[in-house]
Amino acid sequence: MPDAPGLELIRGEIERDCPGAVLATSYDRSQAALVVDPARVLEVLSWLKDQPGQRYDFLSSLHAADYLPNAPRFAVHYELINRDRVERVRVKAMLEDAPPAGGDDREDSPGRESPRSETGPAGQGLPSIDSCVELFPTAEAQEREVFDFFGIVFRGHPNLTRILLPDDYVGWPQRRDFPIGGEPVTFTYSEQRYD
Amino acid sequence: MEVERRSLREKQLAARDLLRGDLEGEDLERYVEERVLTTTFEKMLNVARANSIFPLTFGLACCAIEGIPMAAVTARYDIARFGAEAGRASPRQADLMVLSGRVSIKMAPVIRRLYDQMLEPKWVMAMGACSSSGGMFANYAVLQGADKFLPVDIYVPGCPPRPEAVLYGFTKLQRQIIGNPDQGWRQRYDAHGTEEWARGGPRSEPSPEAAKAYEQARESAERLREETGEPSLA
Amino acid sequence: MTEIAEQAVDRDREIMTVNVGPHHPATHGVLRLVVDLEGEMVRELTPVIGYVHTGIEKSCEDKSYWKVIPFVERMDYVSYFFQMEAFCGAVERLIDLEIPPRARYLRTLFLELNRIHSHLVWLGTTALDLGAISMLWYCFRERDKILDLFEMATGQRMHTRYFQVGGVIEDIPLGFEQKCRAFAEEMPIRVGQYQALLDRNEVFLSRTKGVGAVSRERLLELGVTGPLLRAAGEPWDLRKAFDYLAYPELDFKIPVGTVGDNYDRYRVRVAEMVESARIVEQCLDALPEGPFIADDRKYVLPPRSELSTSMESLIHHFKLVTEGYRVGPGEVYYSIESPRGELGCFVVADGSAKPSRVHFRDPSFVNLQAFRDMAVDTYVADMIASLGMLDPILGGVDR
Repeated sequence: MPDAPGLELIRGEIERDCPGAVLATSYDRSQAALVVDPARVLEVLSWLKDQPGQRYDFLSSLHAADYLPNAPRFAVHYELINRDRVERVRVKAMLEDAPPAGGDDREDSPGRESPRSETGPAGQGLPSIDSCVELFPTAEAQEREVFDFFGIVFRGHPNLTRILLPDDYVGWPQRRDFPIGGEPVTFTYSEQRYD
Repeated sequence: MEVERRSLREKQLAARDLLRGDLEGEDLERYVEERVLTTTFEKMLNVARANSIFPLTFGLACCAIEGIPMAAVTARYDIARFGAEAGRASPRQADLMVLSGRVSIKMAPVIRRLYDQMLEPKWVMAMGACSSSGGMFANYAVLQGADKFLPVDIYVPGCPPRPEAVLYGFTKLQRQIIGNPDQGWRQRYDAHGTEEWARGGPRSEPSPEAAKAYEQARESAERLREETGEPSLA
Repeated sequence: MTEIAEQAVDRDREIMTVNVGPHHPATHGVLRLVVDLEGEMVRELTPVIGYVHTGIEKSCEDKSYWKVIPFVERMDYVSYFFQMEAFCGAVERLIDLEIPPRARYLRTLFLELNRIHSHLVWLGTTALDLGAISMLWYCFRERDKILDLFEMATGQRMHTRYFQVGGVIEDIPLGFEQKCRAFAEEMPIRVGQYQALLDRNEVFLSRTKGVGAVSRERLLELGVTGPLLRAAGEPWDLRKAFDYLAYPELDFKIPVGTVGDNYDRYRVRVAEMVESARIVEQCLDALPEGPFIADDRKYVLPPRSELSTSMESLIHHFKLVTEGYRVGPGEVYYSIESPRGELGCFVVADGSAKPSRVHFRDPSFVNLQAFRDMAVDTYVADMIASLGMLDPILGGVDR
C-alpha cells in the first residue's frame, strides 16, 4: 500500500486535478483510504485508474457498510489494486440515508424517479451514487449486491435488480436496523415436563 | 414352526423325486416348507423398494459434499452396497430426496416443486442440521427446518454428518420402509407422546399425549407472554 | 401453443429460452441459468443466483468474534480453511496481534492441504460432467485421505473451526507428521496418474481445447482472479504478491497458462495441486517449535491447565467465553489466495465484542460474471464444460 506520506502525495495530486473531491484521507493499520465526496466518486476513480503514475486499474472489491448510529450512515468502499507495484488503495464514499418521500435532498431524487427503484418499507427514498460499471465492468454484480442488501441505488447501472434475495423481497437486510430474523425455538414436551 | 433338518443326501433324493413327479402328500409339503419363503406381496414390494432406492442427485450446500451426491457414493462409504448407487437426476425417476444443505427462502418453492414431481412412493431425508431445523442459521434467509413445507421421513443430524452417519440414517430409512420403523427407543425411554408429524401428512394428527403436551406448552407460553408483556407469536 | 411457450420461442431467429437449474445434474450447486438457445448454440446467458443465500454476513453481526468463525467457514464450503484465515487475519490486523511462527506454518500447511482438497473435488466433479466418470472415484479417494488428516488434527472432516484469532486452536498430534508426509509424497504420483488419464485423452482434448477462452484483458476488466486469470497468462497470485503467513519463506512456483481456454484452466489447477504438495512438504520440514497460538490473554483463551492455579487466567477465560474480546474501532480489508481466486474479508469493528459488518469478497461471485463471456456462441455442451472449469461454489457466491 502507499504509506502515509505517499497517500498525502496522492491526495495532493488529486486536489490539483479534481479539486474538492477528496474530503479526507485515512491511514489506518497500514491501509490507505481516501474519503471522497459521493457526487465526485467517478472522477476520483477514473483519475486513479488512468493517471500515468497511479494506474489502480483493478477493482478488487466493491462493498458497503452501514455505520448507524453514526452519520453519514452508509459508505461505499472501492478496493483498488495496482498489480505492477502491488499496492492497494481504498476509496470510501460516505452517503447519507435519503429522507422520507417528499424530501428534496439532492441525493434523493434520482433514486425516486427511476422506475426500478423501490421505496423502503416506510416509504422513504433511497440513497444513490453513480455507478462505475463503465470504468470497472466487474462492479456490475457487486453493485447489484450492495443494492440488494442496503438499498443504495447506483445511477447508470444497466440492470439494478435484486441478485441474492427473491425478487419480491421487501426490505434491505444488511442495514443495521433490519432485524436478524429467525424464529424463537419452542419446545413442546420438555416445556411441559419442566414447567 | 419347527423343521427338522435333513441330510444333504436326503434332500437330493427328494429333489430328484420332485422332478420326476413322485413327491406327494406330506413329502411335498415338507419340501415346499424347506425351499419356499411365503410372504405377502406388500412385504415383498417393500423389501424390493428399500433395497433399490434411487436417490435424487440433489445437493444444496456443504452437506452435499459429504452426503448422497458425493462422499457417500464414492468408494470408501459406498452406498452402492445398499443398492442405491443409481442416482437419478430427474425427480420423476427418483425415490429419495436428500435435502443436503440449508434451505433458503428462494430455494424452498423449487424444492417443493421437485418433491411434488416425484412419484409415489417417495421419501425425504433431511440431512444435516440446516435442513432438519435451520441449523446454526437463525436468520431471515434460511427456513428453520425443511419439515415446514415437506414431510420428512428421517433426520440425520450433524454439521455436516459423517458419511457413516448418512448411511446409518439410510439404513434406518430402509428399515422404516420394510415396515420396522423404530428401534424401540421410545419404549426404553418412556418417550411416548413426543412424536411430531408433518402437518397434513398421513399421520398428521398427534397422539393424545402429544396433543395435550402441545396444548399445555402453548398455554404456558401464552401465560408467560401476558405476564412479561411481550408480543404474541401468532 | 401455450402462452409461455409462445414467449419462449422467438420465431424470427428461432431462439428458445431454456431454464437450466437450479436443480440440474451438472450445475455445481444451485445455480440457475436462463439460456437463450439457437439450435445447440448458446446466444445469451443469464445466471440467476441466490438459491442458497444464507444471510451469513447478517448473522455474523450478532455474534462475538470467535463465534463468527464457524459461520464464515460455511460460505465456500469446499475451501473452509481459507475463509477462516481471511477472517482471522482481518481481525488480527484490526487488533495488531502477531501470530507465533509455528502457527503461521501450521496455517499454511492446512491451507495448502485444503487447496489440494478443493482442486480434487473440482477435478472429480468436472471430469464427471465431461464424462470421465472414473475420475470421481480416484479424486475422492485422495480427498478422503486429506479428510483423514484433517480429522486427525482437528476432530472434524469438514468445517473444522481450526483457526482462531491468534493462531490455531490446537497443536498437531503425534503421528500427523508422518501421515502428512506420506500423503505429500504420494500426491504427485497420483496427479501423474490423473494426468495420464486425461491430459492427452482425445475426447477430453476435443472438449476442452480451444473452448471457452476469454482474453486476459477482459478477465482483468471483469475482476476475475485465481486459476482462471492465471490460465489466461497473467501471473497474478496473492501468495506471491502480498506476503502473508509463511509463504515468503517457502519455495514454490505459480503455474501460468497461455491461451486461457478450458484446457489451460485444467492444466493450471492440476499443476497447482503438485505445487501445493511441495509446499506441504516444505512446511513440515520447516515447522518451528514453539507456541501454536499467541500469548495475549485478552484475545486468546488461556490453556486449561492454568485455570485451576491462576486467578487472572480464570478471569480472562470467563470474559472471553461469555462476552468475547472487544476489538477497537476500525475497519480492515484482508485478502488471501483461495483455490478460486482472491478471497477478501472486510471487517468493520466498532469497539464492542461483536463485529459491526463482516463482508466477504468471494471469488466465485466475481468469477461468475466471466461465465457469460465464456459460454456465449458456443455449444450447450461447451457451456457445461466451461461451467465445470469455472469452478464456482455456490455457497460462496450466495453467502
